[in-house]
Amino acid sequence: MAIVAQQTKFSKIFWPVLAWFIALIFFFPIFWMVLTSFKTDADAVKPEFLFTFKPTLENYLNMTANYDYWRFATNSVITSVFATGFALAVGVPCAYAMAFNPSRATKDVLMWMLSTKMLPAAAVLYPMTFLTKNFLGVFDTKFLVIVVLSLINLPIVIWMLFTYFKEIPKEIIEAGKMDGVSTWGEIKDILLPLAWGGLASTALLTFIFCWNEAYWTVRLTTTEAATLSKLIEGNRAPEGLFFGRLSAVSAAAVGPIIVLGWFCQKQLVQGLTFGAVK
Amino acid sequence: MASLTIQGVSKSYGDVEVMHDIDLDIADGEFVVFVGPSGCGKSTLLRMIAGLEDISGGTVAIGDQVVNEVAPAKRGVAMVFQTYALYPHMNVYKNMAFGLRQAKMPEDEIDKRVRGAAEVLHITDYLDRTPRALSGGQRQRVAIGRAIVREPEVFLFDEPLSNLDAALRVQTRLEIARLHERLGSTMIYVTHDQVEAMTLADKIVVLRDGRIEQVGSPIELYERPRNAFVAQFIGSPKMNFFEASTLSENAATALGITIDESAIVGIRPEHLRVCAEGQEAIRAKLELVEHLGEHVLVHMIADDGTEFITKMEKPPQTARGDYIAYSADPSLVHQFDKASGQRR
Repeated sequence: MAIVAQQTKFSKIFWPVLAWFIALIFFFPIFWMVLTSFKTDADAVKPEFLFTFKPTLENYLNMTANYDYWRFATNSVITSVFATGFALAVGVPCAYAMAFNPSRATKDVLMWMLSTKMLPAAAVLYPMTFLTKNFLGVFDTKFLVIVVLSLINLPIVIWMLFTYFKEIPKEIIEAGKMDGVSTWGEIKDILLPLAWGGLASTALLTFIFCWNEAYWTVRLTTTEAATLSKLIEGNRAPEGLFFGRLSAVSAAAVGPIIVLGWFCQKQLVQGLTFGAVK
Repeated sequence: MASLTIQGVSKSYGDVEVMHDIDLDIADGEFVVFVGPSGCGKSTLLRMIAGLEDISGGTVAIGDQVVNEVAPAKRGVAMVFQTYALYPHMNVYKNMAFGLRQAKMPEDEIDKRVRGAAEVLHITDYLDRTPRALSGGQRQRVAIGRAIVREPEVFLFDEPLSNLDAALRVQTRLEIARLHERLGSTMIYVTHDQVEAMTLADKIVVLRDGRIEQVGSPIELYERPRNAFVAQFIGSPKMNFFEASTLSENAATALGITIDESAIVGIRPEHLRVCAEGQEAIRAKLELVEHLGEHVLVHMIADDGTEFITKMEKPPQTARGDYIAYSADPSLVHQFDKASGQRR
């Protein structure tokens, strides 16, 4: 008994300490970034001023005054919201069909969807840029960003929703059929209320993915549709490395999504475990 | 209310045919039970009637109307699922009202029907609760209530009692029988439990491997099973089968039949009776006695290894390993063809 008690006591202390230690390692770069954002560019590169520095809001004020932060932020919000909405609007009917009326091809279709994520984005960079610029004339429009963001996230959206829908007993949908509900009613009155948790976490994750997307948003926009990723990117190159300013921009870019994630932790965990936790 | 006619119905998944050429007539107001081992196609047949499975061949008609292409809700049928399949996010009232609301029925009529059904099923107190807050038996009542409010011509039950505990199962079985009495609707009931089949049915349909083995009243099936499969499926404990070689020399006289090598003889456990040595049809060693209160089950083993059971009122005064001689009334002896299993 004594040994068991000792072991429990040991694990009661050891695992939380380890967890906190790992969490702090992960968190340190963000902490460092936030800290740096309150330093002047000169102080930012001096290691001896890691904690001892004179805090300043200059970087933030500068950012909103000179770099039009709010325009980039607005673009990020608009493109992420619409891309998430569009991905769900397509993903829900698609996952519904595959979960409740599967055919022999369903498994292959799902695999094919996932396989599109295996193609390196760089492989299609040239055609994408060339076509959108020279033929379609949609380069640097919010429309293009929304379409691209929703399409690159669609496989994940469908996979997640499919997994959630699969957990809903088939008989409940069949009971709906016996009750004479239409296909749309089936989705609206039965499926969505039951899959609400899954739907919310899917939406949240998609939103985060859209917000954080950098590869395409940086390359397919210049000014008009540029998102916060582009703002960070833009502050990196032209005037050398100004860590203070860059940190302020980065902190302001990831801030909203961290706050959102904080408030929706429970949903997120559920989403990341793909419905394994009920 | 309506009759139901199934003609030449088959079901295939790809190239594999799972139901073969089913013909069945169900009269208006009849209580029909589909029974058979798992995988025999009883649920599939029920789901084809419901409209939840496509019909690959043949026709299903409810009343005069062929319903092959008619949507489930338009067939005038209502179904009670094995898992209840209640809508978890709606309370009991909404669960029962859902179908009526889909049909755009006026709210006062819906209210009348839901409260009426709730009264019959004693669930009026639970109308505001969600299914999660109900016990298994209460959920089952709600599921039945959801079917009742639609006032269907045909009720379909898909193993409705198999998720309930034994005591509740008996009680609910009785309530379903009463419900049938009250409503007088046509009811089709799927089960793998032959006791449910025997107690509820006007007519039992025994299925195996996607084919109908026999259709008849419970007593017909019990007394004159058409083949060896039905003989063993109906009745509990199941019918004993004996090869000619197992029986004693004077079995033909004792049982009043002619016996040859190509036949198997079937006698139900309750029809075997102890007789004097020398007049027996079969003689075997006592192996085990099971006491069930009002009767005992005696497990016997013949010299050639054939095992059988007899059902007796009192335990035999015989030690384990000792011989008992049995015979049976000639009218209660069945004979089946060894090769085809058909009744002779």
